[in-house]
Amino acid sequence: MARVEETQLPGVGVRHEFATEAGERVGVVVHRDGRREILVYDRADPDVCTTLLGLSTDDTRTLAELLGASQVTETVTAVQQLEGLSIEWIHVTDDSPAIDRTIREGEYRTRTGASVVAVIRGDTSVPAPDPEFSFLAGDVAVSVGTVEGLATLRALLAP
Amino acid sequence: MPTLVAAGSTEAALAFIEIGAVALGLAVLARLAGRLGITAVPLYLLAGLTLGEGGLVQLDVTESFISLVAEIGVLLLLFALGLEYSDVELREGLRTGLGVGAVDAILNALPGVAVGLLLGWDPLAAVLLGGATWISSSGVVSKVLTDLQRIGFRETPAILNLLVIEDLAMAVYLPVVAALIVGGTVLATVASVGVALTVVIVILLAALRYGRRFSDLLIGGSDESLLLAVFGITLLVAGVAQRLEVSGAIGAFLVGLALSGAAEERATKLVAPLRDLFAAIFFLFFSFQVDPSALVGVLGAAIGLAIVTSLTKLGTGWYAARRVGAGRKGRMRAGATLIARGEFSIVIAALGAGLADGAELGALVAGYVLITAIVGPLAAKFADRLGGVRLTPAAR
Repeated sequence: MARVEETQLPGVGVRHEFATEAGERVGVVVHRDGRREILVYDRADPDVCTTLLGLSTDDTRTLAELLGASQVTETVTAVQQLEGLSIEWIHVTDDSPAIDRTIREGEYRTRTGASVVAVIRGDTSVPAPDPEFSFLAGDVAVSVGTVEGLATLRALLAP
Repeated sequence: MPTLVAAGSTEAALAFIEIGAVALGLAVLARLAGRLGITAVPLYLLAGLTLGEGGLVQLDVTESFISLVAEIGVLLLLFALGLEYSDVELREGLRTGLGVGAVDAILNALPGVAVGLLLGWDPLAAVLLGGATWISSSGVVSKVLTDLQRIGFRETPAILNLLVIEDLAMAVYLPVVAALIVGGTVLATVASVGVALTVVIVILLAALRYGRRFSDLLIGGSDESLLLAVFGITLLVAGVAQRLEVSGAIGAFLVGLALSGAAEERATKLVAPLRDLFAAIFFLFFSFQVDPSALVGVLGAAIGLAIVTSLTKLGTGWYAARRVGAGRKGRMRAGATLIARGEFSIVIAALGAGLADGAELGALVAGYVLITAIVGPLAAKFADRLGGVRLTPAAR
C-alpha cells in the first residue's frame, strides 16, 4: 500500500494524501462533520488540487462499498461509541477449545453476555456470523460486550 | 411589576416593526454578500453607518436592549470561535506555530500602533488599533478557502495554523487590554493584568485538561437542553470573567475551547444560527455608533493602514507558507487570503469605545475592516495572477 500522509487542518478536519501507482497525487479531506472531499493534485503544480467530489457521510459509505472496502470497521466504530460497551479483537489461539465448535455449541452469548459481531479470517471477514459458524485457529473474533463479559469470552476463546 | 409585552402595546408594536425591518434588511444584505462571495460583515457595517448616529435614517429602538443583544453577539462569536479548535490542534499549533505567530504579530500590529501614535492618540488606543490590524478574520479566511475550494492546497494548513495562533494570542491580548482600559494606579493596573493572565491561564489549562469530562457531562439529553446549557454556561462564565475584569469575551472563548468531541460537534450546529443572529446585531450596533463624518476624517488613515498591513500580511503568509514547502504561487495565495480583517478587529475596537480616542478608533477600524474585508477575498481569488507574474518554471 502507498504511504498515506496525514495533515491536520485546524478547524476543518484532516487531510490524507497518497500517490497512486500511476503517479497521481490523491487527497481526501475529512471534515469535522463527516463530509469528505476527494482531491486530485495538479501534476505541474503539486501545491494546488481540484476537488473532484464532495461526499456526505452516507455517500462516503456508498462509494466505499462500491470500491470494495469492508464495512466492519465502520460498524465497529459506531458500536464503540455506545456507553458501557467495549469492543475487543480476540485472536483465537491454536489450542483454543473453541476451534471446530460452532458458536451455538459454545453458548458464548449465554455464558458471557458478549456477542461476536464479526470474524476476520485472513483477508476476508464474516460480518454477523450465524450460530452454525465454527472458529479456526488464527481467526479474530470482533466482540462486543461489557468489560467483564469480554474478559470471560477471551478466557473461552483464547485461554 | 414587569409584564410580558402584549400585542396591544403601541411601544412594543413600534419596536417589533423597527427590529423586524432591520432584520429583514440584514437578511437582504447577507444574501447579497453570498452572491458577491464575501462575508456579510462589511455590508452590516455599511448598513449601520447609514442607519445610526448622523446617518440617513434614525432608529429609536431601545438602546439598552440592542446593546445587550450586541454584547451577547460578541460572546457567541467568541464561543463559536473557541469551538472551532480541538485541544489537539491547539497543542500542535502552540508547538509548531510560535515563530510564525511572532512574525505575524510584529509585522501586522506595529503599523497599527504606529498610526495610532501618529494620530496623537493615547498609547492604549494605539495598542488597540495594533490589535485590530494584527488579527486576520478567521470567519472570512475559512469562507474564502472553502468557496475557492482551496482546503486541499499545500499552503492551507499553514494559513489555518496561523489562525489558531492568532486566536490563542487574542486569549492573552484581550484580557490584558481589558485590564489596562479599566486602568487606575500603576500598581492596581499591574495587579489586574496579573489577575487577568492568571485567570486565563488557569481556565485554559483546565479546559485542556478537563475539557473531555466537561463535555461528557453535557452530552446527554436533548438538543434543547444542550443549547440552553451551552448558552447558560457561556454567559455565566463570561459574566464572572467580566466581574474579575478579565473581558467576558475571553471567558466565552475559553468555554468554547473546553468543549470537545460529540458535545462540540452538536454545540457548533446548535449555536451557529444563534451566533449569526446576535453577531449581525453586534456589527450593526457597533457601526450605529460610528459617526459617518468621523469616518470621512480618518478615511485616509484607514486606506493607508489597509495598504501597509495588506503588504505585511502578504509577507506573513509568504513566510508561513514557505515553511510548509509551498511554491511561490502558494505563498502568494496564503498571504492574500490572510489580508481580510473582520469580527475580531471590531470586537477590539468596541473594547475601546469608552476611551478618549474611542470614537475615532471605532471609525478608523470600521473603515479599515470595510476595506480589508472586501479587498481580502478578492486578492485571494486573484492571487495566482498576482503571484504568477514573475513565475517562471525554473523559479519554482
